[in-house]
Amino acid sequence: MSGQPPAPRTGATPGKRASRKFDRRRLMALVRKESLQAMRDPSTILVAFVLPAVLLFLFAYAVSLDVREVRIGVVLESDGASAQSLAAAFSGTRYLKVTPARDRREVAAQVVSGELRGFVVIPQDFERRLASRVPQPLLQVITDGSQPNTATFVANYAQGVVQNWAISRSGGAPISAIELEPRYWFNPELESRRALVPGAIAIVMTIIGTMMTALVVAREWERGTMEAVMSTPASVVEILIGKLLPYFVLGMIATLGSAALAILVFHVPLRGSVLALMTLSAVFLIPALGQGLLISSVTRNQFLASQIALFSGFLPAFLLSGFFFEIDAMPLSIRAITYLVPARYFVSSLQTVFLAGDVWAVFIPDLAAMAAIGLLFFAIARSRTHKNLEP
Amino acid sequence: MRRQFGDFSATRLRAQIVKEILSLLRDPRSRLLVFAPPLMQLLIFAFAATLEVRNADMAVYNHDAGQWSHELVARVGAADFVDRLYTVRSRDELRQLINRRRVIAALDIPQDFSRNIIAGRTAKVQVIVDGRRSNAGQITVGYLSLIAADVGAAARRALLHESAVGVRHWFNPNLVYRWFVVPALAGILVFFSALMITALSIARERELGTFDQLLVSPTTTLEIIVAKTMPALAVGVVLGLMMIAASAFIFRIPFQGSFWWLLPSLLLFILSVVGIGLMVSAVSATQQQAILGASAIGVPAVLMSGFATPVENMPVVLQWMAQGIPLTHFLVVVQGTFLKAMPASDIIANTWPLGVIALVSLSLATLFVRSGLE
Repeated sequence: MSGQPPAPRTGATPGKRASRKFDRRRLMALVRKESLQAMRDPSTILVAFVLPAVLLFLFAYAVSLDVREVRIGVVLESDGASAQSLAAAFSGTRYLKVTPARDRREVAAQVVSGELRGFVVIPQDFERRLASRVPQPLLQVITDGSQPNTATFVANYAQGVVQNWAISRSGGAPISAIELEPRYWFNPELESRRALVPGAIAIVMTIIGTMMTALVVAREWERGTMEAVMSTPASVVEILIGKLLPYFVLGMIATLGSAALAILVFHVPLRGSVLALMTLSAVFLIPALGQGLLISSVTRNQFLASQIALFSGFLPAFLLSGFFFEIDAMPLSIRAITYLVPARYFVSSLQTVFLAGDVWAVFIPDLAAMAAIGLLFFAIARSRTHKNLEP
Repeated sequence: MRRQFGDFSATRLRAQIVKEILSLLRDPRSRLLVFAPPLMQLLIFAFAATLEVRNADMAVYNHDAGQWSHELVARVGAADFVDRLYTVRSRDELRQLINRRRVIAALDIPQDFSRNIIAGRTAKVQVIVDGRRSNAGQITVGYLSLIAADVGAAARRALLHESAVGVRHWFNPNLVYRWFVVPALAGILVFFSALMITALSIARERELGTFDQLLVSPTTTLEIIVAKTMPALAVGVVLGLMMIAASAFIFRIPFQGSFWWLLPSLLLFILSVVGIGLMVSAVSATQQQAILGASAIGVPAVLMSGFATPVENMPVVLQWMAQGIPLTHFLVVVQGTFLKAMPASDIIANTWPLGVIALVSLSLATLFVRSGLE
């Protein structure tokens, strides 16, 4: 590259020598230097372009909350016709994959090893129980409780199968007094990918914004080059902006790329405007970058910075943002912590801008919260950086 | 020179291992950071990671003045999972509450609701759910249908008695989600710690230039790999044991299985993670590349390991890929040991793949370091 050495030359501009204020040419030179440095490193490309694609793909296809075929056993202990027809009803369902058995001991071991997620026992005296007027269990459902969600599904679905079987036996008369008709707004086909893919963008941006910034700035401190840059006429603000601007741009490009992937490849609708999406992303980058900067200025060491960025940036964005786990269901003290996680606000707005549209009543409080947290991070980081400049 | 390629010296190796452990744990700050955050995270995330629905806000738009709709609304309002129940008077108000994410679901009860029930017809209730929260929404609908079935049963003698199906949940009778999450989180946090520590080990020396010195010294590549493996293995095992202890004694997750079968599995698990970390480290020129490379491997690995959603829900190709991830196998072992008292045969079946991954990844790491010599 034919880049001229920036700081010393601009510093030599006559008349402006002693100025420690803002200088546009000096800033541009710093930004250029940092951008070149970032783009030269193959890991930048990996994180900004390859990782988002991989993550979005995984959230679209691998992380599916939609249950497919759950493997269960059906233990048929009775030879009666009704028992046979009920067993056939289990085999004929869309969501269960049935392993037939004659003895419950055959399937019990498979539940322990995890090959089956539960089993249904149609007992020997099934016909007698069916004919009896005394209310008593007709059959037993055993689930693998070590996977609570699958266990709930198996239990409910098995009950549904039995209900339907009973209806069809009684001649198809409606038996339920109340029927719920769920309407899922914004996501009528109930594909979990539609909710997960927009949220995944928040995770990608956290990795780019917080993790990369923390590393890049910590490296300068670790190598001692930060002091070298500090000794030039460039001011602290200029240096920090010079460092952060390239990552801001990178984050915005990654958002655009991720959004394009989400819409074109994973068929997630964008019902809101691109402008709203970009505004939200830009504002989210303030706390994300601020957090990275703060981490690096506190640790000044890449190993420590990466550990803290991982545990205070990435994992909370995944676990405490409401992207995957409902915030409402958390205990009060944890809910209090989530208010400090910028990704919480970003996820809520991202899901809205993609699936619902431009609901500014959601965006404005989220934007305000993100900006406030961001400014707080920057203020602390700035004060720490400044203090250490003066001997 | 007496020492040749492939030569192994116990004293030299010991000195190197001591040096590696010191370089990781000498600094009090990094000593703290190796152990404290993962344990803290376990405490926080154990409570955060739940797929249950609690404290949910709901809305009701009731057009019916009859007895049965009141019964239904009262029961929804009193349900454990509901925090606040808004009563709305217009469709527009309802739309606003959903759009602004104030409520997760809303019941729209039609005018003829009670009349239909009394006449013996099926009364329908529309449930409007925020599809942005598709999973929690589905769970909410599940809870609501139980309530609806209860009210329905009260209104009319049901054809099938409610207890027609006897359900028993093995291993976790009350389906406490924490019992599932905590052992898994322990595995994930140990996975990340061990991965990061090893990913940085060679890359840091390379960045500082001391790796070249190591290469010109009489040490063999194998010794370097063994020496780099030891501190991460030690830290990983100690951290793993602390996590398991915290799960059993602080969170009171029942520990049904055999500790002595879990231990070798934990060792091989960490060894395989260390192998992957060293592979990343061997191909990285800087610490930044190593950390970002480790994240690029670690994050997808966690997603595919069966923690977030069961492996059997994934497409078949991804299920095969998941077999190459140490965490996939270890989660089966650790959850099985805690809750299921998994027998030795099942533990071995899920542990030998860890041995294979460890062998392959450590060999590849050695190969990468060696090829970097040229």
